[in-house]
Amino acid sequence: MAAPPPKSRSWSWRSKAFRGVLYQVIVLGLLVAAAAYLLSNTLENMRARGIQSGFDFIWQPAGFAIGESVVPFDSSESYGKAFLVGLSNTFRVALTGIVLATIIGTLVGIGRLSRNLLVRSLSGAYVDLIRNVPLLLQLFIWYFVLTELLPPIEEAFHPLPGMFLSKNGLQFPHPEWAPGHWGTLAGFVVGLVGVWGWSRWVHVRRDATGQAPFFAVPALAIVVIATAAGWLLGGAPSALDFPEKTEINVVGGGAVTPEFLTVLLGLTIYTAAYIAEVVRAGIQSVPYGQHEASVSLGLTRARELRLVQLPQALRVIIPPLTNQYLNLTKNSSLAVAVGYPDLVSISNTSLNQTGRAIECIAIVMACYLTLSLLTSALMNWYNRRAAIKER
Amino acid sequence: MLKHAVAATLALAFVGAAHAGKTLDAINQRGQLVCGVNPNLQGFSAADSQGNWAGLDVDVCKAIAASVLKDAGKIKWVPLNAQQRFAALQSGEIDILSRNTTWTLTRDASLGLEFTGVTYYDGQGFMVPVKTKITSAKQLKGATVCVQSGTTTEKNLNDYSKSAGLNMKPVVFETQEAADKAYDAGRCQAYTTDASGLASIRNKALSKPEDHVILPELISKEPLGPSVRRGDDEFFTIAKWVVFALIEAEEYGITQANVDQMKAESKDPVVQRILGTSEDTGKLLGLDKDWAYRAIKATGNYGEIFERNVGPKSPLKLPRGANNLWSKGGFMYAPPVR
Repeated sequence: MAAPPPKSRSWSWRSKAFRGVLYQVIVLGLLVAAAAYLLSNTLENMRARGIQSGFDFIWQPAGFAIGESVVPFDSSESYGKAFLVGLSNTFRVALTGIVLATIIGTLVGIGRLSRNLLVRSLSGAYVDLIRNVPLLLQLFIWYFVLTELLPPIEEAFHPLPGMFLSKNGLQFPHPEWAPGHWGTLAGFVVGLVGVWGWSRWVHVRRDATGQAPFFAVPALAIVVIATAAGWLLGGAPSALDFPEKTEINVVGGGAVTPEFLTVLLGLTIYTAAYIAEVVRAGIQSVPYGQHEASVSLGLTRARELRLVQLPQALRVIIPPLTNQYLNLTKNSSLAVAVGYPDLVSISNTSLNQTGRAIECIAIVMACYLTLSLLTSALMNWYNRRAAIKER
Repeated sequence: MLKHAVAATLALAFVGAAHAGKTLDAINQRGQLVCGVNPNLQGFSAADSQGNWAGLDVDVCKAIAASVLKDAGKIKWVPLNAQQRFAALQSGEIDILSRNTTWTLTRDASLGLEFTGVTYYDGQGFMVPVKTKITSAKQLKGATVCVQSGTTTEKNLNDYSKSAGLNMKPVVFETQEAADKAYDAGRCQAYTTDASGLASIRNKALSKPEDHVILPELISKEPLGPSVRRGDDEFFTIAKWVVFALIEAEEYGITQANVDQMKAESKDPVVQRILGTSEDTGKLLGLDKDWAYRAIKATGNYGEIFERNVGPKSPLKLPRGANNLWSKGGFMYAPPVR
């Protein structure tokens, strides 16, 4: 039998494939040309007006202090370090917010489908109210409530020795960093690896014998013991930074400030309302036949949700959920309205002090873009893993 | 589809340099001066319930409009917050920025704008609640201080905190209203901004003005003045000299009430020169001979502007202090209008 003739690629105008490629190349070229023109026009106009540009300001000393930060920041450090501190603040509130919002949102979403009238109505009311009030207003309300409710510094509460609860927020003793704490960190990482190993062993055991040992308690024990061992091996550093009362204020230690709490609560409650609807849509997308089959197998409602419905619902839930995570991360930029020193707040200050508006905004955009791309890449990987493979 | 893409690209190519014309030409052609002001700072620029603007910065714009356009009402007011103000001037959205803005090297040299002069010599200060019994800024060790973002305040606070060893912690808000409310609620032990701003906020924005006191120390120099874009020396010169004319008017006793009479009857050669009776200084500026007369008639001289908006008889009750004429011990010294 003769082999089929080789496919000839004709480079003539009449070939549809060739025309397609040619149009795409032309449009791409036009886009690149337009972008290059806009960029060069902007730079030329700035130069003509005497507006200075360039990223060299990143190495200059910042000259301003930052109200709260994960790592200590001094005003003589560079603008670059200030931006990193702002990014770490944004990351801190976004990560905590994502975790809390997912938990609350899932519970409320399931609550909306409950057979209990009170739970169903409360969940419905929560979603309808929170979704329809702008986030900025909610942040202001939370900030107002928190600053009015908390006691003034002179009358601070002492929930535990060494802790102060006042308008400064919740101030607590903070372990001071010592080289021995690398041991603690190493112990924690070893603990996480141990938990992963334990979960593999539990799965193997369950597949082989049908018995499922408890997972959660031993896992927690593994992490705690490994961290403690690491701490001991590191020399057991125990220096604590205590908050102290000066004449007018309480300084020192770590603090959960009203600003952080406001942004966290506002973002969490707002996004949880949206996540509740996403979860509800996912659960409702599972065919009713699955419920009937679970009932006929004798599964309790909780087991049915966990083993049958949620895994199938996750396929529908994860892409909109990624949207909500990205929204939460970007909505954290509203923190500047309530005084939380996040990335946008630091950028505003730097922009004002150096005058480099375009550069600062470009840095902020790049940071948010990176955070968003990382989040969506992570969620897409999880989606591929969790997606049910159709056979 | 392709046609649309080509047309869109050609249109974009002509977006080009949108400000080829001079600022003064644009103002005359438009028939209106576009003035950037503070949305709500009592004494400097604030609108009442009818939408009429009043304040020291507002009066400076009115004087310039009266000089250039012959009518102090031909102004478009653009309220701007601290982050937007320079971008609005750079982009051409406003002609002049009269918004209690401090004259600093960074702003003069790197933003493409020029300051026309100082209309108010100010300094940064602190405000604390009376019940803290603090009488001096040096007692603010470790204090939490509310500040507004986008101003020179943060850097000055840090400079002072470092030099006096006070380790103050800032809580930075985007808007002044948010900062006022947080201080009022007790979140911070102190509030810092320009002393004139403190007086304005204490009077207007706090729930109980008598519960707060402004500390005596001024920790920085804050010369406030209007600014214009680089590239139009004519408009820059006019804006500069209108304010100088107002200061000269106070020095030579010309007021809003007597300017007509002075114009008709005065025999003092300096007054005649200012009001355009003897020689035409306006022609050199590109205006007519009544340029200074119109400015003084619209707003009064500098002293009257001060008294009306921020002086001891106004709600702010600020003393003349450094803003008095040089002959009376202050810093207001105008080069002669001649």
